Amino acid sequence: MTWSDTVFLLPEIILTLGASALLFVPLIGERGAGRSAKWWTLVILGITAASVIVSSNAVVGMTQTATFAAMFALDSFAIFFKLLFLFAIAMVVLMSEDFLRESRYSPWEYYSLLAFALCGMMFMVSGVHLISIYVGLELMSLSSYILAGYYKNEQKSTEAAMKYFILGAVSSAILLYGISLIYGVCGSLNLADIDRAMSTMITNDALMVGIMLLGAGLCFKIAAVPFHVWTPDVYEGAPTPITAFLSTASKAAAFSIFARIFYSGLHHFQLDWSSVLATVSALSMIVGNLAAITQNNLKRMLAYSSIAHAGYALLGIISLNAMGIRGVLLYTLVYVLANLGIWAVILMLRRHEYAGEQVDDFDGLYRRAPFWAFAMVVFLLSLGGIPPTAGFIGKYFLFAAAVQSGFGWLAIIAVLMSAVSMFYYLRIVVAMYLKEGAAAEVSASGSLRFVAAVCLAATLFLGVLPRPLIDQVTYSSRRLLVRALQADGGR
Amino acid sequence: MPSTEAYLMLSATLFAIGLVGVVVRRNMITVLMCVELMLNAVNINLVAFSHRLASLEGQIFAIFVIAIAAGEAAVGLAIIIQLYRAKSSINVDEARTLNG
Repeated sequence: MTWSDTVFLLPEIILTLGASALLFVPLIGERGAGRSAKWWTLVILGITAASVIVSSNAVVGMTQTATFAAMFALDSFAIFFKLLFLFAIAMVVLMSEDFLRESRYSPWEYYSLLAFALCGMMFMVSGVHLISIYVGLELMSLSSYILAGYYKNEQKSTEAAMKYFILGAVSSAILLYGISLIYGVCGSLNLADIDRAMSTMITNDALMVGIMLLGAGLCFKIAAVPFHVWTPDVYEGAPTPITAFLSTASKAAAFSIFARIFYSGLHHFQLDWSSVLATVSALSMIVGNLAAITQNNLKRMLAYSSIAHAGYALLGIISLNAMGIRGVLLYTLVYVLANLGIWAVILMLRRHEYAGEQVDDFDGLYRRAPFWAFAMVVFLLSLGGIPPTAGFIGKYFLFAAAVQSGFGWLAIIAVLMSAVSMFYYLRIVVAMYLKEGAAAEVSASGSLRFVAAVCLAATLFLGVLPRPLIDQVTYSSRRLLVRALQADGGR
Repeated sequence: MPSTEAYLMLSATLFAIGLVGVVVRRNMITVLMCVELMLNAVNINLVAFSHRLASLEGQIFAIFVIAIAAGEAAVGLAIIIQLYRAKSSINVDEARTLNG
């Protein structure tokens, strides 16, 4: 390791300095209401994004991609997700403005915590060593616990933070116990070394328990059944912009690390873990979609829907093939786009405390804001996987991957459950277009319009012209796949 | 020097006590202590394996876990204080505004 290796870490270094600076601004006598906080945060995110590009170009020529005692890799997979996280966090920052003005809490700490959470995600997705993955994961989680309770005077928010914290801490402990067993059996914490050690190993109990505990901890982070109980409560209680953050950026980060660990570390034992994960995936799709039908609170409905989406994304990890890993990347992207758009539209309605959260609040939206009603329809169709929206492409890859690797039954469940999900997505559409009512007023600020418009444009564009994205995803998943395919004899 | 297996048994016992405690106990502080117990069970595991494998990685990881557990306790206690201000109680069962 030399000084020149710091170029690998450049984005994280800049982001950490920026996030700390945001935290110190109020101390040096910032007297305004913090209106400039949003712009400073966006500037920091912009510089970080630029430095991701710069450092990725600098790394291209190097022979090895992992550095710092083989703990930190800047491969194309990590770069794809880093840019995705940066985009999602920038959108969340834009969405948070109205919430922060109304709640009168300091915006500096809020943005600083978001930036630290982002730093954790970026660190985690670059981690090729279980220590760096764990540290990144915890940085993200600790920031999320605080953000979920940011509505300090609202009991619901504090309660959400408490539930999230307890279950999050327990799941981290379970994940760690799994890691410690894997370390004991494989003799290393480095994913590449674990991979090597496992290639000469036969199934043994300690290893299986370790993998299962590690998987259980990760399933909690992506909110898959049976580790999903926290999701509806936390999504409902947290401030809406934070719910948007938890259901997009935070979830995308968990998917990325799930894929990284299972594709590049544990693929030798695919036969052993894939059947367990297939059950988890099937349960997530069934429980998530069926429970969402009965919800009248939109935040809870979207929470159950996100549980179901965790089940779909697991298809790509279970199948462990080229189609599957591309599916995970594609699906994460289109899911983040559609969800950010939906939260932006919900926030437009959110004026009086918790308005905009009941399905009724959408009654007659078509009459009051025809364009945003249309945008909402597109986002919902994308989540449901209906062409020509981007969601279709993502689902196509995941379902095809499952069929290719012999999980046809799982693909059938996934298709059936997608049909069920359209039922509750269309409930919102019916409320918007066919019902009368003016329960919640629409007042869209410029930034909310911007977020919704960007997500709408991207969802439609990627749905109609997916080729550039598919090429990009193929490139980004290449390195992760090399190992998995070598072991599988190129299936 | 006891064998590695003995340490693993100790660690598994501590982990189980912690997990049961989280589920059974209603006081938030006790729950937090049980989580710490689980994390320390992991540390015992890591250090025992590290000794047996003669590799330092496990001990380094244990130090990281200790540091992060401290951060986790800080966040957890802050949330508990906030909960106490809102409800004048730190009983987990009192927190049922959200019907989960």
